[in-house]
Amino acid sequence: MMKRNVLVIGNKSLKDVTDDICAPVERFPSKGWVGMFLGAKMLLLFYICILASVVGIGIGLLGVNHPVFWGTMIVTFVFWIGIGHAGTLISAILFLFRQKWRTSVARTAEAMTVFAVMTAGLFPLLHTGRPWLDYWLFPYPNQRGPLWVNFRSPLLWDVFAVSTYATVSMVFWYIGLVPDFATLKDRAKNKLRRSVYGALSLGWRGTAKNWSHYEMLYLLLAGLSTPLVLSVHTIVSFDFAVSGLPGWHTTIFPPYFVAGAIFSGFAMVVTLMTLVRIGFKEFQNYITLDHMEVMNKIIMTTGMMVGYAYASEFFIAWYSGNQYERFVFINRAFGPYGWSYWTMVTCNVIIPQLFWFKKLRRSIPVMFVVSIFVNIGMWFERFVITVTSLHRDFLPSNWGMYAWSWFDTGVLVGSFGMFLTLFLLYLRLFPAISIAEIKPVLNVGYDDKGGHH
Amino acid sequence: MASKGIAGIWLEEHAILNATRKTRESGSTKFEVISAYPIHGMEEAAGIQRSWIPYVTMVAGSVGLISGLLLTWWTSAVDWAVNVGGKPFFSLPAFIPIMFELTILFAALASVGALFYACKMPKIDPPSIDPDLTSHKFAIFIPHNDTGYDEAKLEKMFKDLGAVEVKKTEF
Repeated sequence: MMKRNVLVIGNKSLKDVTDDICAPVERFPSKGWVGMFLGAKMLLLFYICILASVVGIGIGLLGVNHPVFWGTMIVTFVFWIGIGHAGTLISAILFLFRQKWRTSVARTAEAMTVFAVMTAGLFPLLHTGRPWLDYWLFPYPNQRGPLWVNFRSPLLWDVFAVSTYATVSMVFWYIGLVPDFATLKDRAKNKLRRSVYGALSLGWRGTAKNWSHYEMLYLLLAGLSTPLVLSVHTIVSFDFAVSGLPGWHTTIFPPYFVAGAIFSGFAMVVTLMTLVRIGFKEFQNYITLDHMEVMNKIIMTTGMMVGYAYASEFFIAWYSGNQYERFVFINRAFGPYGWSYWTMVTCNVIIPQLFWFKKLRRSIPVMFVVSIFVNIGMWFERFVITVTSLHRDFLPSNWGMYAWSWFDTGVLVGSFGMFLTLFLLYLRLFPAISIAEIKPVLNVGYDDKGGHH
Repeated sequence: MASKGIAGIWLEEHAILNATRKTRESGSTKFEVISAYPIHGMEEAAGIQRSWIPYVTMVAGSVGLISGLLLTWWTSAVDWAVNVGGKPFFSLPAFIPIMFELTILFAALASVGALFYACKMPKIDPPSIDPDLTSHKFAIFIPHNDTGYDEAKLEKMFKDLGAVEVKKTEF
């Protein structure tokens, strides 16, 4: 029988686990954290200014214009929504598959999901141009007839998909946090801390009956989140695929988008986890190199799936015999936006191949750099899909380029400020590894305690 | 509602499982086992029945599905039917995503509501037997109104089962 590697290094006792995971929440913030937080917060303030201008002066500050009416906002929306998918994959799908290694990364991956969806959610709302009328997106009785929303439109499916996803993933994350908040409350040294975490813990008591219901609910939410996460990126891909535009109108889009989402999300998890491991040394025993290696394997696998999708898409464009389809793809690779296509291919397909070597996929600096490249590549994938399909229309008189302005750069860069501010606050205020979930898997790999069954 | 009673505290997972089994065999019906994490095999030891939350999920999910269908059908085909690109007023395939999302939304939120109901949450500052029970200790609590409640006997039983501490408390 194969021996399992230990999930938690150092033969920890139950008390060690509580102490280790609560430590970052209970001690004074380190200089590194404060530095990163100030940086992220400055970026967030910059982002707020940029968005205020875009709302106040108008969407025309961005480069969207005839013929490219979908630009940075939509590209970056799909990018962040995709990032979110890895969190749900880790917390729900790997839970259903009984992958015990997921336990120590699930909480943070899910926090990433929640913040990524929050970051993403702003874009379609602002992209409407008049965000103060965004409540029109929802079907509510109104004085215009009532004139209802068009349920045949994929854009409206998106409203339902993204808002359901945001709600359910937030609830799932919070339910996971409840017992840990109770732990933090019981450890609290001062009254304010006790009241805040006590309120957040909702009066959780941890009786066997409570745990029985709790575990059932956790399983149910994992079971509900699994089809939900697959549906969300499927519906995002419908925004493109249901239209009649060559380059968008393909049946491969739903699986291709879902694979890409998982790919980019895992890259973001690796980026963040390498930093968390450096910042919080005690977490290195919980998020081990084995964990990072498994995630790198997933990155390489999904990277090749995405690469296969690029190839198959190109092949079908040629094989279909549809001259518009064929033109779009040849133009994508060799037209004026060819540089973005090859950036995408290099970052997403070629660079992750480094992970074939065990040494490289267990090296923190290597995986950090690769994950950054994957993030860049996946942003470009959405850019390629959105912009290159639009900039060459059926009529050459409609041809044009996307007029990238520095507000586009501001929106893209600033969104990281929002995400990182939320994420850094989370690391300081919430237990970043699930205390209650890691305890039952403590014995995995330690033979004398009967860890494997 | 806090009630008075007696509690024993243990430090080992296998000890609490054994103590739970013995407490149940002793005839106590209202005992509570408190732990910082779900213990494998506790349901059998404490005689806890399978949670009823899945039934709530099922019903709420079905309600969500039907609401999605009714919402899309009534707004698109009945209340003010608008011809969109010559498509049928009742375009069922296009309504499936809405129906699906509402199924998930209703099912998830109702299940969480069911957990709140089952665990009597939220509750403001419930009494705690020991602050370490959310970290590394385990406890069994027997309320004073349980059948055959006898403090001296229970204290002896807890001690015999290896409890490191026995105290009269509220929970």
